[in-house]
Amino acid sequence: MVRVSDTILETEGLTKEFRGFVAVSDVNLSVRRGTIHGLIGPNGAGKTTCFNMLTKFLPPTRGAIRYDGRDITGMKAAEVARLGLVRSFQISAVFPHLTVLENVRVALQRARGGSFDFWRSDSVLRKFDARAEELLADVGLTEWMHLTAGELPYGRKRALEIATTLALDPVMMLLDEPTAGMAHDDVDRVVALVKRVSVGRTILLVEHNLRVVQGLCDTITVLARGSVLAEGDYAAVSRNPDVVAAYLGTDASTEAEPAHG
Amino acid sequence: MAGQSMTSSAVPAGPQEEIFGFTKAQFVALLVMFAALVVAPFFLYPVFLMKLLCFAIFACAFNLLIGYVGLTSFGHAAYFGIGGYIAAHSAKVWGLTPELSIIIGALLAGVQGAIFGWLAIRRQGIYFAMITLALAQMIYFFCLQAPFTGGEDGIQAVPRGHLFGFISLAPDMTMYWFVAAVFVACFLLIHRIVHSPFGQVLKAIRENEPRTTSLGYRTDDYKLVAFILSATLAGVAGGTKSLVFGIATLTDVHWSMSGEVLLMTLVGGLGTVFGPMIGAAVIVAMQNYLAEMGAWVTVIQGVIFIACVLAFRRGIVGEIGNLLRVRL
Repeated sequence: MVRVSDTILETEGLTKEFRGFVAVSDVNLSVRRGTIHGLIGPNGAGKTTCFNMLTKFLPPTRGAIRYDGRDITGMKAAEVARLGLVRSFQISAVFPHLTVLENVRVALQRARGGSFDFWRSDSVLRKFDARAEELLADVGLTEWMHLTAGELPYGRKRALEIATTLALDPVMMLLDEPTAGMAHDDVDRVVALVKRVSVGRTILLVEHNLRVVQGLCDTITVLARGSVLAEGDYAAVSRNPDVVAAYLGTDASTEAEPAHG
Repeated sequence: MAGQSMTSSAVPAGPQEEIFGFTKAQFVALLVMFAALVVAPFFLYPVFLMKLLCFAIFACAFNLLIGYVGLTSFGHAAYFGIGGYIAAHSAKVWGLTPELSIIIGALLAGVQGAIFGWLAIRRQGIYFAMITLALAQMIYFFCLQAPFTGGEDGIQAVPRGHLFGFISLAPDMTMYWFVAAVFVACFLLIHRIVHSPFGQVLKAIRENEPRTTSLGYRTDDYKLVAFILSATLAGVAGGTKSLVFGIATLTDVHWSMSGEVLLMTLVGGLGTVFGPMIGAAVIVAMQNYLAEMGAWVTVIQGVIFIACVLAFRRGIVGEIGNLLRVRL
């Protein structure tokens, strides 16, 4: 992969306090364009809070966020998405009563701009079907296309979610624990998928499973107790004694073991 | 929980065949509905049927919001009532034709919906419901005090007038056909809204609002437009009702009316196409035929409500659809 030194997403002194409790403290993050960047840390390290601030689902208490040279600190979630910074969710975020095809189409429909035309038949959306089918084929969901999304097994829901996110052709994808709660072979499938879709994009990945980031991330930032503990590639980070201690200090057996074992 | 079990019903192997955006089963039900609309006045009292249809419009408008956007308004009486008062005033004092009176009533209900919706949509769940209720109570007070509404007496002796200026609506049968036409128009409009690109985004918001936001949709704007459409259609229902009965009263803006429309929608089947209509029919028929039992009607309504919540979560139409494994 070509490493461009150009920074696409950057935070400066990012802080979030909840009634005096500091969840994220003074985080300076810098994600280079075209890389897969991992944000890891034990439970309660502030990963998800950090992630929610980056995607504008939570307002930061202090600090600034710059995306593609633009200050997005005060922007709304929908606006940030329109700039090409698209997030996924930790709990699988599909539209359960829409069909698999419709799920992807809702994202493709964004290309029309606003969809306030309540007087028009939804048959105008059929022009997006071909592209939706393409995206679904890409994540291996073709045969379930007309199934209601809620009926898909968990792993395939994640795949559908990625297809939906890809439908927006995002410049940068933020994935919140894409393998959370998955069986081993599902994990491998999603890891391969993330690797494949990362071509030509930047991905920021929040993970708490070290095995996942090992094969995937170019750079890893380790958070602990709301602050950056270490940063570097997997080899450097996994040898860092502070990181080992942070993971061992919590429930090391379930989290760090696969990476070290 | 109800949502989970609903998903297991129909498992389409391919894309569903549709006729004018209705599934086959819905289309059959639609034809039955049309037939019933034509035949009913020869067997049942037209004024009763007109009342039923007005409430059916009201419940369908309400269902658009609760069933397809997931917003539970507890103040829809305000739009129904204002539609009624304004239409009655237009017909009686300004001497406008019935169709214009209803349109003006509906437009004002829509403007009111825009203002109230804009205020309420910033909050979710129970807070949304409470804000809509509080605003509706303000409208109730306004209607009690404002000079043009006639206070406790309401606006009485509203003439039905002449449709387009030359068709007298005084005979009940003529008025019935007019009301039936208004109902069908509203019903088809709501169906179109639900099956439009806009409706698709509404369903996405109902299913998962944060995800819809993350796809770049300003969800509040979509919810507001849906709120305005629902309020406007509730205004149509109110306006039509005040012309049918020649009276607009405080009953129509009272909070219990907001409760009644919620009951109708729940009994019929939330988020179904035909549910609100069936729910309206059941509740209106009960009020009509059990009227001699007095206060017991409310008790029976309460029992039905409890039964629905406990045993028939999908409502009448929802349960039938589930049994036949079709969407109705």
